[in-house]
Amino acid sequence: MQGRRRVSSTVQNIAAAPLITVTQVSKRFGSTLALDRVSLRLEAGEVVALMGANGAGKSTLVRILSGVYPPDSGEVALSGKPFTAASPKAARRLGIFAVHQSIAEIGVPGLSVAENLTLDRLCAGETNAIVSRRQLRKTATEIAEGIGLAIDLTLPLERLTIAEQQLVAIARAVASNPAVIIFDEPTASLSQQEAERLFGVIDRLRQRQVAVLYISHRLGDLKRVADRIEVLRDGRIVGSFERPVDFGPAVRAMIGRDFQSATVRRDPTDYAAPLLELKGILLRPDAEPFDLAVRSGEVVAITGAVGSGKTSLAEIIYGERPPAGGTMSLNGRPWAPHGPDRAIASGVFLAGENRWRTSLFPSSVPFASIAGTISFPFLRAWFPAGPLTERREREAAERGVRAFGIKCRSIDDRLETLSGGNQQKVVVARWHAEPAQVLLLDEPFQGVDIGARTDIIRALRAGASDRATMVFVSDHEEALEVGDRIVVMDRHRIVEDQDRETIDLLRLLTAAGHDDQDGSRR
Amino acid sequence: MSANETALPVRPPRILPVREIASRSAIFLLLGALVILFQLEEPAFLNLGNLFSILQAVSITALLGVGITVTLAVGGFDLSAGSMAAFSQMAASYVLVVLQGSTLDAVIFCLIVGAAVGLFNAALIVLVGIPDLLATLGTLFLLVGLELIPSGGRSIATGAILPGGITAKGSFPGDFLALGRLHLGGLVPLPVIILAVVALVVWFVMERTRWGRVFYAIGGNEVAARLAGAPTRRYRAAAYVISGTIAALGGVLLAARIGRGDVSAGNSLLLDSVAAALIGYAVLGVNHPNVFGTVVGAIFVGVLLNGLTMLNAPYYTQDFVKGAVLVGALAITFGLQRKRS
Repeated sequence: MQGRRRVSSTVQNIAAAPLITVTQVSKRFGSTLALDRVSLRLEAGEVVALMGANGAGKSTLVRILSGVYPPDSGEVALSGKPFTAASPKAARRLGIFAVHQSIAEIGVPGLSVAENLTLDRLCAGETNAIVSRRQLRKTATEIAEGIGLAIDLTLPLERLTIAEQQLVAIARAVASNPAVIIFDEPTASLSQQEAERLFGVIDRLRQRQVAVLYISHRLGDLKRVADRIEVLRDGRIVGSFERPVDFGPAVRAMIGRDFQSATVRRDPTDYAAPLLELKGILLRPDAEPFDLAVRSGEVVAITGAVGSGKTSLAEIIYGERPPAGGTMSLNGRPWAPHGPDRAIASGVFLAGENRWRTSLFPSSVPFASIAGTISFPFLRAWFPAGPLTERREREAAERGVRAFGIKCRSIDDRLETLSGGNQQKVVVARWHAEPAQVLLLDEPFQGVDIGARTDIIRALRAGASDRATMVFVSDHEEALEVGDRIVVMDRHRIVEDQDRETIDLLRLLTAAGHDDQDGSRR
Repeated sequence: MSANETALPVRPPRILPVREIASRSAIFLLLGALVILFQLEEPAFLNLGNLFSILQAVSITALLGVGITVTLAVGGFDLSAGSMAAFSQMAASYVLVVLQGSTLDAVIFCLIVGAAVGLFNAALIVLVGIPDLLATLGTLFLLVGLELIPSGGRSIATGAILPGGITAKGSFPGDFLALGRLHLGGLVPLPVIILAVVALVVWFVMERTRWGRVFYAIGGNEVAARLAGAPTRRYRAAAYVISGTIAALGGVLLAARIGRGDVSAGNSLLLDSVAAALIGYAVLGVNHPNVFGTVVGAIFVGVLLNGLTMLNAPYYTQDFVKGAVLVGALAITFGLQRKRS
């Protein structure tokens, strides 16, 4: 703390002029004003966090800075000189790098880590035409050491975990000696430990006089890294908070209303008999067996690091794969579903993690609208004869839009036009279109801001009384926010199972905080 | 609290930008322009007889295109449809001329073979795991070879001598020939009606039923479709069975039109019907495979070729013209798609 503050004050002495000045920048897409006269400055050696709800304009601002598209009006200046980066490549040449959350932009999956790390130099033609393997390895090692990246450089990129791939992407950006580096949700898929490593890198960047723009939904991250927080809402900067930041007002500025935990505490005694019971379940043949009972009306948060077995557990209950051992029962009857169709017919629903992989359809699919996405799993139940009638579908969609506060022009909006938080609301709303017995939600808050998260949790709890709800999250804060009961997993077994009132936070953190390296590698 | 107060936004009136309108109607505008041009040059162009002869000329291509569209919708591609039609044309002739079967025998036999070939494709793709394009390419070659074996590589007509020295004694019955040649009310060719019925049924299934939703869902995101409870393997198999059966029906119509089992018939069927399906992406700017678009695409190519023939354009320019149309349509589809994102 002390050290960091000293560093940033020295920085202010050195850098008199801001490195990046954004002046009165506006950007319009169709009828929406994505950015409305936004002004922002970034100084060398300063870490500025950009906070904002989904659709507030964060991504638009990042894209303008990194040259994806120009502003409609206003000016961006680098070291006092106005510039318009015509392309991401041009922006990189000026020293502006963006590290995105999206895996697709990280690198070439089939190439080794070393090759990926040196890719920019190869592509920029900064190397000799003939590249020696040893030289390549040496350069790559230097780059990796620059951010303390301890990964086998000969592994192909695709064999790394998502978190490791993300660190490789960050190493690539850092290696290019950036003047400005933009992190867009960098910790979304990182474990606590890996995130801590990233923060170390950011501290080092700060000392090297790099200006950092940091975008995240996680308050913990922002507390840790940000020198200043700029809050964006509806395309406008609505607040600027210097360190030490008081997060109450910042969050209030971001969501435009008072923030309160959506969690309504329940008396644990009013739960009914177990609805879903797991006995001696083995997630993997070499794991330890465990039991779990979930009652109707209960909201259980299942937490644990990436790779601790949360997704496996969800998939087994959903019938996506069989357990390696043990039995399950639903409502007192044996539960051994063969495939999601059986589960859905019995009222066991799963909203999968990573919405674009497990739940949503691209716009090449004719019905990839809010209404079509919500109705899809229930078409067989609703229209057994085959032909569709619009009314039933529209009613369900309209109910979902209202219950979750989905921001849209109409229920015919394509999913791709919605912000991340609203896309996620559609995914969760889908599984509320029919009454569930067991509702499983795997990482439902991925890339979702606090406002949307609050809306989702509120709607989740409103419908939770007649079903068992299990929410799988790797973030402890999210677990505490959503669950009546916290179940902690580690190495494919349950290591803690406590009511939220009684759980020892320290134990929660130590039980799930450390993921073993080999446990998460595929 | 605020979630409940949020009133549902009313659907705003859709104001389409000019480019959007242009892309949606491009094919129709072009079609209209062509018709006017041809009519000015050749007044006989716009008479009913000629219009129906255009439809008859494209009916088999369009039929195959409809089947291919279903496989495109599940994210696959039936390359074997053209050779399936050619095979079915030979098979129908064999049943009629060599085995002296009835019209009904021939039609049913061909449809069963078509469905079986579809199942074979499905097995290669779904069970063995061969990528769609490669599996159906393999089937294409199998069918091209197989249709030659029973007749020893020769065409089948009454009096043809088969391997083993047998002379084929049967002939094409009149009711079979009618399938390809009859004009209802002296005007509307039967193949056009068959096309209309098949296209309408498949269009309805694809656009207005839950089954159509699942087909498209699998093509868009198979994992998401499966996790939402759709039996994706069965649907993918069904797509190939539908395509194979429709292609076999196309082959029957082809046999009825030419009146013999011709080893060289159906050579260009595959490429023409694929072109129709791909041009169909651009119709109404939908950017995805769709039955209506496929039929319009086939008709578009038919109008163009008919008009050019009337204007005495040499026959050898036909493929070039088709290529130009296809490239133009793809440019509309993908060029505008990129700008949208």
